[in-house]
Amino acid sequence: MIRALGRRALSLLLALIAASVVIFVMLQAVPGDPAAFMLGMNASEDAVAALRAELGLEGPLVVRYLAWISGMLGGDFGTSYTYRVPVAELVSERIVVSAPLAVMALVLSTVIAIPVGLIAAARRGGAADWGIMGGTQLGIAVPNFWFAMILVLVFAVKLRWVSAGGFPGWDAGLWPGVRALVLPAIALALPQASILARVLRSALLDTLDQDYIRTARAKGLSRRATVVRHALRNAMIPVLTILGLQFSFLLAGAIIIENVFFLPGLGRLIFQGITQRDLIVVQSVTMVLVFAVILVTFLVDLAYTVADPRLRRR
Amino acid sequence: MTQTLKMSVAAFALMASGAWAAQDSIIIGMQLEPPNLDPTGGAAAAIDEVTYANLFEGLTRFASDGAVVPGLAQSWSVSEDGLTWTFDLRPGVVFHDGTAMDSADVVFSLNRARAEDSTNAQKALFAGIADVSAPDTTTVVITLDAPNGNFAFNMAWGDAVIVAPESVATNATQPVGTGPFRFVEWAKGDSVTLERFDGYWGAAPALTRATFKFISDPNAAFAAMMAGDVNAFPVFPAPETLANFDADPRFSVIVGSTEGETILAMNNANLTDVRVRKAISHAIDRQAIIDGAMFGYGTPIGTHFAPHNPDYVDLTGGSAHDPDMARALLAEAGATDLRLRMALPPPSYARRGGEIIASQLRAVGIATDITNMEWAQWLEQVFRGKDFDLTIVSHTEPADINIYARPNYYFQYDNAGFQALMETLGITADADARTALLQEAQKMIAADYVNGYLFQLAKTGVADSRVEGLWQNAPTQANDLTGVSWRAGP
Repeated sequence: MIRALGRRALSLLLALIAASVVIFVMLQAVPGDPAAFMLGMNASEDAVAALRAELGLEGPLVVRYLAWISGMLGGDFGTSYTYRVPVAELVSERIVVSAPLAVMALVLSTVIAIPVGLIAAARRGGAADWGIMGGTQLGIAVPNFWFAMILVLVFAVKLRWVSAGGFPGWDAGLWPGVRALVLPAIALALPQASILARVLRSALLDTLDQDYIRTARAKGLSRRATVVRHALRNAMIPVLTILGLQFSFLLAGAIIIENVFFLPGLGRLIFQGITQRDLIVVQSVTMVLVFAVILVTFLVDLAYTVADPRLRRR
Repeated sequence: MTQTLKMSVAAFALMASGAWAAQDSIIIGMQLEPPNLDPTGGAAAAIDEVTYANLFEGLTRFASDGAVVPGLAQSWSVSEDGLTWTFDLRPGVVFHDGTAMDSADVVFSLNRARAEDSTNAQKALFAGIADVSAPDTTTVVITLDAPNGNFAFNMAWGDAVIVAPESVATNATQPVGTGPFRFVEWAKGDSVTLERFDGYWGAAPALTRATFKFISDPNAAFAAMMAGDVNAFPVFPAPETLANFDADPRFSVIVGSTEGETILAMNNANLTDVRVRKAISHAIDRQAIIDGAMFGYGTPIGTHFAPHNPDYVDLTGGSAHDPDMARALLAEAGATDLRLRMALPPPSYARRGGEIIASQLRAVGIATDITNMEWAQWLEQVFRGKDFDLTIVSHTEPADINIYARPNYYFQYDNAGFQALMETLGITADADARTALLQEAQKMIAADYVNGYLFQLAKTGVADSRVEGLWQNAPTQANDLTGVSWRAGP
């Protein structure tokens, strides 16, 4: 099992390296000069050239790539062209918003999805099942930003229970910070919960058809115990896969929600970096996210071996 | 029990009202976040919108009506030959870090801006300076290469503010200036907070605290304004919702004008026949664009000059909406099968306006291929590469008609007569003579149909109706908070 995990880790490392090359090359090919953008329409050619030299935009590609990689390995993610502060500082400022948001959304979607999926599978074909299928269909179809705007209009503008967006910072206290993330987390969790519930339901239906379930019932186990103790554990593998994918999506894919609630998160950082041609921010933050995704994938693989004893023997 | 319940509900409601501002602090919404806070080191208008007149000051400054008034210089004089300007600085001015502001700082700031390796975005403002010297701590003498009647005006720009050598290196993130407010903190991506500076040389502002919140999404801006999370949004990004705010007594809508001439720029190196350019100008219906793209906000212009300026000449008649004349001109020029490439940057005046113009051009037989692009790409392809036929952009620098004297500017208009005119204007100081020259300049570029002159960009903002003193017009892109206060009472 260690060897299998070791092989997996190696292939993920190679994926990381390949991703870094692709990201670097693609960003060099993008039209638009960062220095020209920063200095605007009235800047002289000399000023632009001076800034390009200052930002380190000149020089052979391979040298710049290696400089970037070696910097990252040493913890130096470069200095943002636009903000002139270390990228690591920007990332750490933003991740304290994006990571808790992603975790909150994930927890919320799991808490909603598991009971819902269980009920739908246990009462297959019944009224509850049909209701849940319809509801999850709606949850997947509704665009999460539209749902977010409705939440804002109802809870912030009309009821004034929360502010319309923004993040006061964790310095202002735990509760104000969490309160600022509640609506965004709900908006993110809804489609994720719908997907998760459906996946769980179909995985459960597969396991519930197995012989050992019938045996368990025949042995005298109650319906609930059968479903929770036997069926659920075996249905977890596809659920774990989806959870891993969802966390990766939530970390950076929440850009639209971050826009609607004007949260200073990672998604918006990348988006602003692209518009302002702050290539070093885009490069480094994308690498951070690729690394996070790969880490989560590896953790999910580990979780498989825990959930499925058959995988441990290999 | 009911009493406790009522109290807790009231307390909850108070907490839940979010950013309920006290009567001496204000939260201003802005669409774009400044990339840094040093107005002498970058071109982004957002930098000036946070720092101009609040954190930094120059020798002179713009008042809300565009007039040039004394700033750090309490008076100035020009020599007979127009080459030597002497500025009398105010005594007793300190920077936010406690160091004194004197003529040495002015010399430092100006020399830094005009240095060979300076990254100042408006180097042209300082190009004519031959020498800057400080005979004593409150006097600065500036010698020019040639007379420049505009020099005091130039020194009012945000790029000409006075900085201190002790703090200039960190101004991008920790700005230190001489203004009535001092910098407190910048939560990147979220907000910038300023506080009243007690050592200010002038009258203390009514506000003790100001926070600039950055909200780019128009819907989020609407929600934030409605929920009371921001108290004012001077350049409101969702003009389609202004009617809602107008109808609500809690808010007031502030409509003013800016220095932004919005034009349909035509690449004069591609569209060389003036009849074709004239035809395009006559094909355009300005009011349809103002109504369709700008929700009715904006003033039509017939030349590259701001209508609120007293020297403005109304030349809209020379390019009135006349599709028949346009078709006749195109036939006469033999350009009956034109297919033009239109590049549109992100703002809605370009994207929406571009679609409307494309349909107006189609009505006279000109086909257009529209490409939407972001600013960075527009700068590279259109502005530097001049690879376009038509584009729509708003020129927001004040009094910038002299861009037509640059043959290498992106629309490539090369008229020696106009260039001579601008040279004469540069050395003319007499007000009446200047007016005559400016009017002639306006007529010249209108008669040559260099670009399609669309409208003057309006400044539409929303604010809590109790806020007073916000600038209505934008002679420069700034949010001057020195005169802003809350009206007492409900």
